[in-house]
Formats: sequence, C-alpha cells, structure tokens
Amino acid sequence: MHITSAFPEPIVKLNELSIAELRRLLDNREVSAQDVLNDIMGRIDAVEDRVGAYVTVTRDAARAMAERADSALAARRAGLLTGIPLAIKDNICTMGIRTTCSSKILYNFVPPYESSVTSRFAEHGYVLTGKTNLDEFAMGSSTENSAFQTTRNPWNLECVPGGSSGGSAAAVAANECIAALGSDTGGSIRQPAALCGVVGLKPTYGRVSRYGLVAFASSLDQIGPITKNVTDAALMLNVIAGHDPLDSTSAPVEVPDYASFLGKEVRGLRIGIPKEYFIDGMHQEIDHSVRSAIRQLESLGAVPVEVSLPHTAYAVATYYILATSEASSNLARYDGVKYGFRAKGKDLVDMYMQTRAEGFGPEVKRRIMLGTYALSAGYYDAYYKKGQQVRTLIKQDFDKVFEDVDVIATPTTPSPAFRVGEKATDPLEMYLSDIFTISVNLAGVPAISLPCGFTGGNLPIGLQIIGRSFDEATILQAAYAFEQSTSWHTRRPLL
Amino acid sequence: MITQDDVRKIADLSRLALRDGEAEAFGAQLNSILTYVQQMNALDTSAIEPTSHVIPLQNIVREDVVRASLPREAALQNAPDATDLFYRVPKIIE
Repeated sequence: MHITSAFPEPIVKLNELSIAELRRLLDNREVSAQDVLNDIMGRIDAVEDRVGAYVTVTRDAARAMAERADSALAARRAGLLTGIPLAIKDNICTMGIRTTCSSKILYNFVPPYESSVTSRFAEHGYVLTGKTNLDEFAMGSSTENSAFQTTRNPWNLECVPGGSSGGSAAAVAANECIAALGSDTGGSIRQPAALCGVVGLKPTYGRVSRYGLVAFASSLDQIGPITKNVTDAALMLNVIAGHDPLDSTSAPVEVPDYASFLGKEVRGLRIGIPKEYFIDGMHQEIDHSVRSAIRQLESLGAVPVEVSLPHTAYAVATYYILATSEASSNLARYDGVKYGFRAKGKDLVDMYMQTRAEGFGPEVKRRIMLGTYALSAGYYDAYYKKGQQVRTLIKQDFDKVFEDVDVIATPTTPSPAFRVGEKATDPLEMYLSDIFTISVNLAGVPAISLPCGFTGGNLPIGLQIIGRSFDEATILQAAYAFEQSTSWHTRRPLL
Repeated sequence: MITQDDVRKIADLSRLALRDGEAEAFGAQLNSILTYVQQMNALDTSAIEPTSHVIPLQNIVREDVVRASLPREAALQNAPDATDLFYRVPKIIE
C-alpha cells in the first residue's frame, strides 16, 4: 500500500547535503541560502545541547550573510561558497566575532582583523554558522582541554570527538554545518576527522595562509578543511590554497584546480605501505579495515608497495620537544596587557604570573614549561637542537620513500574514539594517540583522512593517505577513487 | 631528573605562578615526558643538520612606503585596561 501525505517531508534534509549538492540547488534557485541556514540552525537547536560542538553560534551574522548570499544568487553573482553554512575553529580570527582558542585567557577577545582564510571564504559568499570548540590553544587530542565545555562524539556521546579540532569534526558529523575549517599541528584535523567519520585534509606546510590563525607551533601549524566527503575537501582547498603576502611562510607555488583530479583513475598509482605503521598489538579492527582499504585500492589498479619510514618511532618525542618549544615562545604574548583576561598582582611581574596561572589550563602550562625547559641554557643542545636533527631524519625518510611511490597509506589513529576521561589523567598516553599523524607535520607533507570502516561498536575508522609536498591533487585523486568505490562516507550517526 | 626546585625555576622563567601541590604534580609529569623523549638519544645525529623549517625561507623585502595599519582604537579595544592612547599596567617605578 502506498500512503501519500498532503505535505510530504523532503526525503533528504538540507543540513545533510554536501557543498557540491547545495551548490547545484542554490544555483538553480531550488532553495535559498536562508532556507539552508534555517535548516542548519534547526539542526543546531535539536542536537547541540548533546554534542557541544560550538563555543559561539553566530546566528545574527549568519542571517545577514545568508541574505547577502540570496541577493548575490538573484543577481547571478554566486561564488564557490555562496550560501554555504560553514563553521570555523575558534583559533582562527574572525573580525568582530569573539575568538577564544577555548581558553580563559582569551575568553573576551574580539579580533580587530580577519584571517586570510575567512577573508577568502567571505569573498566567495560563505555563511558563518559559528566558532567551534577545541583543546585550549589546539593543545590536545580529545577536546577535553577546552576551558568551556567537552565536545561529544556524535557516534557515541560517551566518547571524545578527538582533537584538537574536535568541535569542527563533531559539527560536520552531526550536520550542524555543511563543512568546517580546522587546524593541524600534529594531527588536529585528521585525528578528529577519523574519530568522527568525516574527511579531514592537512595541506602541505605553506600551502594555506596562516595569517589570523592563533599561533601554537609556527613551523608545524596548517589550516585545512573538514568535510562530509572528498569532493568538498577539494572545493574548500580550491578557495583557501595559494600564496598570501600577509604570511611570509605561505609558499608561492602554483595551485591546480583540485576538483579536476576527482574521478581520474588510480591504475598504476604506487601506494607505499610503511611497515612501521602496522605493528604487533595494534587495534585489530583498525588493522583489518585499513588493510581492506588497501586491497580495495589495489582492485582499482593501484600498486601497493611495502616501504619503510625507519624513524617513525621517534616522531612523538621529537614533536613534543619542537612543538612545545615553539609554543613557549608563541604564548609569551598572553600577559594580561594587550588583550584578554587579566588577574590582579602586587606588581607588573606578579600580574603577569597570576594572569597566566589563572588564564591557562593545565595542559597549556605543562607544554609552556616543557618548551621553556627545552630551550633553556644547558638543555638547548640536548633537547631542542637534537629534536631539529631528528626532524631532518624523519623528513629524509619521506623524501626517500617518495622517490619510489606516489602516496603512502596508513591508519589515521591507533585506536577508535576513546571514552571521555579515559586518557585525561595521563598526558603521555594522550600524546601517543597522535602517533600516526605527527610525522606528517614534522615532514611538512600533505595528508588526508577519510572513513574506511567501523568497529563492532559502530565507531568510525580512518584511512590516512599521505602525499608529496604540494601534491594534494594526488591524495585527493586516490581518496576520491576509494570513497566512490565504497559506501562508508554515506553513513551518518543517529542523534 | 627534574626536581621540584627545577619546576619552580622553569615556572618562574615561564611567568607562571604555581599553586599548592603544582610543583610536585608538574614535576612528575614532566619527568615522565622527558624520560620518553630521551629515546631520541639512541640516534647518532652528530652529522645531521637541524631542520627549523621544512620549506626554504627567504627574507621578503618591499619598498619602504607607509601603508595603512591597524588603527590605534582597534589595537586598544581588547586591552583589560587602557587610556585613549596607551595600554595601562601596574606601576613599575615607585
């Protein structure tokens, strides 16, 4: 029997769609930007109290941007992102909109300037849904280090979403935005993307401007997209990639049309499988899913090749010296004078010390002290210089392997999403959850994480595909081929 | 091994006031992390150049021409304490 309602519900809700799908509907004037925004805001109202993805939902700014988008659409002046609701990690400066880094020390900071990535989004007509939660100053792997709230994993609300871009990944997975921006210093885009069952891309160091990204470790930080599928990652990268005179570390390297690589076949593509990433005692369901993914790519004509990245075991140690050293210097600027929180002190130095003691959380303090120690007289050579030398060896590992293969495939994480509180008391245990993502930042190369399976407990598993410097095109090509030959990316959590 | 006195010295250099029990707690955590980090010492790096940045960086120069910059009002708007012209801090000289 066939029952037709007088007012049929649409089969698919607008908040469930991708950038590419909405682009078509908006350009054909089948829906308005305000329709899309209303649906997203309805979704936020329905699930945000359980997920906690946002530090700030920017309802008023979003409404004004959606109205402007509809005017542009009516005038046939639409850009690549006109009318698309996107969320921005709260360590990326948005002029006039509070940007906190999920830290008490910046709880009231309203940037007087706009980051380059959001400037480009604005030129392309995006609609800002809000600023997403993170581990304070992007230091963490679970988003539990936020001074404001703990974000939950939409697949299992007892579990963490990963971090530090956990708010962005959870918002995308929960359809509280269409896509989002994160930042990645040691895995902070890819690890939460893997744990939340979405796509996360860390571009090559220097590919995307860091102007307006609050600095954590300047030689490692990179902004990138978190999306529902590989196509959207390519579309977002098309907008944000390229040289920016405001960031002297952004590279003057030509940017291809990333979307043009989607659908190219992977026949003959050589995929390196580093033996150091498939070790005894690793999580069995992850091992199984990632090996199946590699066989799937092989069935599409790609050629798996066993390779070795011999210095992998030293990556976490190297990272926690270099990243904390850079952080101890970068975070010296938070002193209660120019912006943010100020505590009372009996003199100037005491004011600094009390402000930083009350304004920073324990993980940030730990890292500032570790970095200060590593840079201090008598320890500099043993720790900081040693770390920089090991970084050279790790980079050389990748240079050597990329002489023989086009991409490298690994698991994104050693375990699926862990439970809230499970690793909160042991900093070192938390650091080791980034063991498969950190080398990529040290080498500066690009990498993408995309869904490649689920555990028996219905938690997502991520496949990481790593590429040569400035060759995001080939990892997007390989990721798209895998994605389109499987159905993992179509699964969404029930909330 | 980092002692509690070392932690106090590092905290002072870091401009972080320590609360009761923090020297002990941070000391234990820092020692555990530094013990893990020591594994780098297994590698002979005497002939290895350090990497500070993965892409070769060059100094970027431009003509010395005055350009618009952040207006003073905008630069001061986030200060916890400011006059029309300056940031205000606790008195330094008696």
